[in-house]
Amino acid sequence: MGQDQYLSMFIDEAKDHLQALNENMLELEKRPDDLDIVQGIFRSAHTLKGMSATMGFEDLASLTHEMENVLDQVRNQKCKMNGFIFDTLFKSLDALEAMVQDIVAGGTGKADVQEIVSSLQAIFRGDTPVSAAEPGKEANSDMSLDQYQYSVLQQSLDTGHKVFFIRVAVRDDCVLKAARAYMVFNVLETNGEIVKSFPTVEDIEQEKFEKIFSVYYISKLSEEALQRMIMHISEIESCEVASLDHEKLKQLASVKAEQAAGQSASGNDGHRGVADSHPNQARQNVHVNRTIRVDIERLDTLMNLFSELLIDRVRMESLAAEIRRNDLTETVEHMARISTDLQNIVLKLRMVPVDTVFNRFPRMIRDLAKSLDKKVELVITGADTELDRTVIDEIGDPLVHLLRNALDHGIEAPADRMKAGKPETGTIYLRAFHSGNHVFIEIEEDGRGINRDKVLKTALKKGIVTQEDAKKMSDDDVYQLLFASGFSTAEKISDISGRGVGLDVVKNKITSLGGSVTVESQAGKGTKFSVQLPLTLSIISAMLVKAGAETFAIPLTSIVETNIVQTEQIKIVQGRRMVDFRDSIIPLVQLAELFECPGAANEEKSEWEAIVIRKGEKYVTLLVDTLVGQQEIVLKTLGNYLKKVFAVSGATILGDGRVALIIDPNAIIK
Amino acid sequence: MAEELKVIVFKLGEEEYGVEVENVRTIERMMPLTRVPKTPKFVKGVINLRGVVVPVIDLRERFGLAPSEPTNNTRLIIVAVGNIEVGLIVDSANDVVDLDADKIADPPEVVGGIKAKYLRGVARIGDERLLVMLNLQEVLNKNEIIQLEAIEE
Repeated sequence: MGQDQYLSMFIDEAKDHLQALNENMLELEKRPDDLDIVQGIFRSAHTLKGMSATMGFEDLASLTHEMENVLDQVRNQKCKMNGFIFDTLFKSLDALEAMVQDIVAGGTGKADVQEIVSSLQAIFRGDTPVSAAEPGKEANSDMSLDQYQYSVLQQSLDTGHKVFFIRVAVRDDCVLKAARAYMVFNVLETNGEIVKSFPTVEDIEQEKFEKIFSVYYISKLSEEALQRMIMHISEIESCEVASLDHEKLKQLASVKAEQAAGQSASGNDGHRGVADSHPNQARQNVHVNRTIRVDIERLDTLMNLFSELLIDRVRMESLAAEIRRNDLTETVEHMARISTDLQNIVLKLRMVPVDTVFNRFPRMIRDLAKSLDKKVELVITGADTELDRTVIDEIGDPLVHLLRNALDHGIEAPADRMKAGKPETGTIYLRAFHSGNHVFIEIEEDGRGINRDKVLKTALKKGIVTQEDAKKMSDDDVYQLLFASGFSTAEKISDISGRGVGLDVVKNKITSLGGSVTVESQAGKGTKFSVQLPLTLSIISAMLVKAGAETFAIPLTSIVETNIVQTEQIKIVQGRRMVDFRDSIIPLVQLAELFECPGAANEEKSEWEAIVIRKGEKYVTLLVDTLVGQQEIVLKTLGNYLKKVFAVSGATILGDGRVALIIDPNAIIK
Repeated sequence: MAEELKVIVFKLGEEEYGVEVENVRTIERMMPLTRVPKTPKFVKGVINLRGVVVPVIDLRERFGLAPSEPTNNTRLIIVAVGNIEVGLIVDSANDVVDLDADKIADPPEVVGGIKAKYLRGVARIGDERLLVMLNLQEVLNKNEIIQLEAIEE
C-alpha cells in the first residue's frame, strides 16, 4: 500500500474525527458539565493528533496537542468550560478543518495557527478572560505532565534528587520579560534540570506570557538556595519554590489515563470511574463509518457491465428453454436470481445517507445564531435516509440557503419571541424521510411566518404580479412568489441574506435535480419549506408502454393515472381530439401517431389503453397500444450527437438488451 | 518525414473509404436498433453498445447514396470525434492499411455524389486502389446537428 492510500485513509478518518469533534462540542455546549462528552472529545483529538504526527502533518499534530492540553484540564476538572474556551476550541476545529482541506487539495496542511495556539495556551495557563483576574491564585493546579515527564520526575525522586515546582512572577514594570526569564532559566539550568516549563520555552523566549511562568525542576540544591538565587535576579516580583515528594507529584501530575492504558493509573481513579461508567455512550459519540470511497465512474462501469450480463442472462434463459436439461435450467434460474440481487446491490451502492450533508448544519446554525444574536435549537430527524450520491452532492447548497433563511427571516429575536408568548429559544426542524419514490426534506421553524401582505407588496412593487392578479391569489400562490427571481423581502441587508442570491436559485437547483419545493406558512406560527427529491437521478420508476412494435418508458412521476378510453368518448374540439377527464376536457394524443411508429394499430380500435400525464396543472391523455407494466429503469443519455430530441429525455436498456426511449411528458404538453 | 497514418478501410457500394484508426473505438456486427422519432432520416436509431447508448447513422443516407439492406457483411464502425460518439453503418469493413499523410491528394470536386466537404482527400494504395479518406469532423458536423435540432422545433 503506497503513501497515497494511507493519505486517503488519513483524510477520511480525519474528517470523521473532525465531525465527531464538532458534534461533541455542540453537545457539550448544551451540557458543559458532562465529563463523558469531554472524554469523547479528548479521545478524538488524541487520535487525530497521533494520526497527523504519523503522517508527518506537524502543524495539525501540534494544534491538536494544544487542544488536548486544554481538554485534559477540563476532563480532570481543573478548568471549567466557558464561552471563551468554546470559541477557541471551535476556532481550532475550523483551523484543523482548513488544514485537512488543504491536504485534500494536495497541500501540506500547513497553516498559521499561532493566534489560536496562544489562546489555547492562555487557557491552559488559566489566563482565560473569565479567570484572568487572578492568574496567580490558582496555584499549581493548572499544570499537567505527560506520562514521560511524570516518570522522569519519579525516577529522579527515587535516585535521591529533589523535585521542585517553581513559580516565578516578574514585576509588572519589567521591560524585558523574556530576558529576565532567560536569566532565571540560565540560573536553573546550571544547577539542575528543567523537565517542563509553562508556557513552553519558545513561548517564553517570544514573550508570550503575562507575568508568571513556572517549571518542574530537578536539582540537588535546597529550596531556600534556589529561591535566593532566583530572587537575586532583578525585576523578579516573587518566586515560590515547592519541594515535591512522590505523593505531591501524583496529585500534581494528571497522568493521562488513556495513554497509560495497562499501566498503573493511580492518581486519577476517580475520573477513570466516570469515564468507564458510560463507555458505550462515549463510543457512540465517536461513531466512525466503516466505508470505502469509490469513484462514481467505476460504479457506472460496474453498472454497464451488469447490463451486459443481463443480456447474456436472457440469452441463456432462452437457450436453456430450448435445450431442456433440468440441471441447466436450474443453474440458469439460480443465476437469474443472483443477478437480480446483484443488480439491486449495485444500484444501492450509489445511495448515501443524507447525514453526509446534514452533519455540517448544527455547527453552521450555532455560528449563525451567535452572529444574529438569536436563540435556536436545530432538531434533525431522518439523517439516515438515503439518496443517490449525485443528488447528495447537489442538494447541500440549497439546504444551507433554506436553513439560513429560516434562522434569519423566520426565527424572531429572543425579545420578540417572549413578547409573542413563545419560548425564547426557537426551533428549526430538519427532517428527511422517504415517501414512495421520493425523498422529502423539510425545514420547518416556529418563527414569525411569512407576511402575506408584505410579500404581495414587494411583488407588486417589483412588477412581478399585477394588481388584479394579486387579488385573486391564494396563499400558496403568494408564497410561490418568494421563488420568483430577484425577489427578496429582507428589509435590511444582513450578513446572511440579501446578497442577491435568492430563493429562485434554490428552486432552480432543486428543479434541475428533478425535484420540487413548496412552502406552507402561518402568520405568527412558523413556516415550512418542503423539498421533494427523486431518490436517484440514474434510476427511475417508469411505465413501459408499446406503440406499434416499439417500447417506450414514461416516468411514473408525471403519470396521473392509467385508464381505458372508448373511441366514442373522443370528442373533436376545434379540429383537435379531446377527452373528458375529471370534469374537464383535456387534449388527447396518440403516441404511435406522434412518434410515427411503424406497425401501429389503426384507429378502427374501439377502445384504447391510455395514460394521463401531467405537467403542473395541465393534463394530456396519451393513447398507447399496450401497457407493458411498471419497472425500475436505469437512465442513460442518448449521447452528445443526439442532444435534443423531441419529447425524448433519454434512453434505458431493457432486460433483453434493447434500448427503449424515455418519453419526456413535459414536451408533449405544451 | 511524413506522418504515418493507420487507416481502417470500409466499403460503401464499390468505393473504398478510410477513417483514421485513432477515431475508431470498435467495429461491431449489425445489432438491433431502436428508432429515434423526429430525427433526420440518416439517423437510424440508437444501439446498446455494452451498456452505453450510442446513436447510429447510415453513411449511405448521410452521403445521399442509394440505401441498401443490411447483409451479413454490414458493419457498425463506432467512431469518436471530440466528445461525440457515433456508430456508422457501412457495407463492410475488413482492412487496415498504413498511409503516408502526404500521399493524400485533395478531394476531387465530386466523388460518387458525395459532397467534397465530407472528404479529407483521396489516397492511392498500390497501383489500383483508391481510398477516400473521410473528414469525420464534417460528417459529424456540429452545424448539421444544429440543423437536426431545428427539425424538431
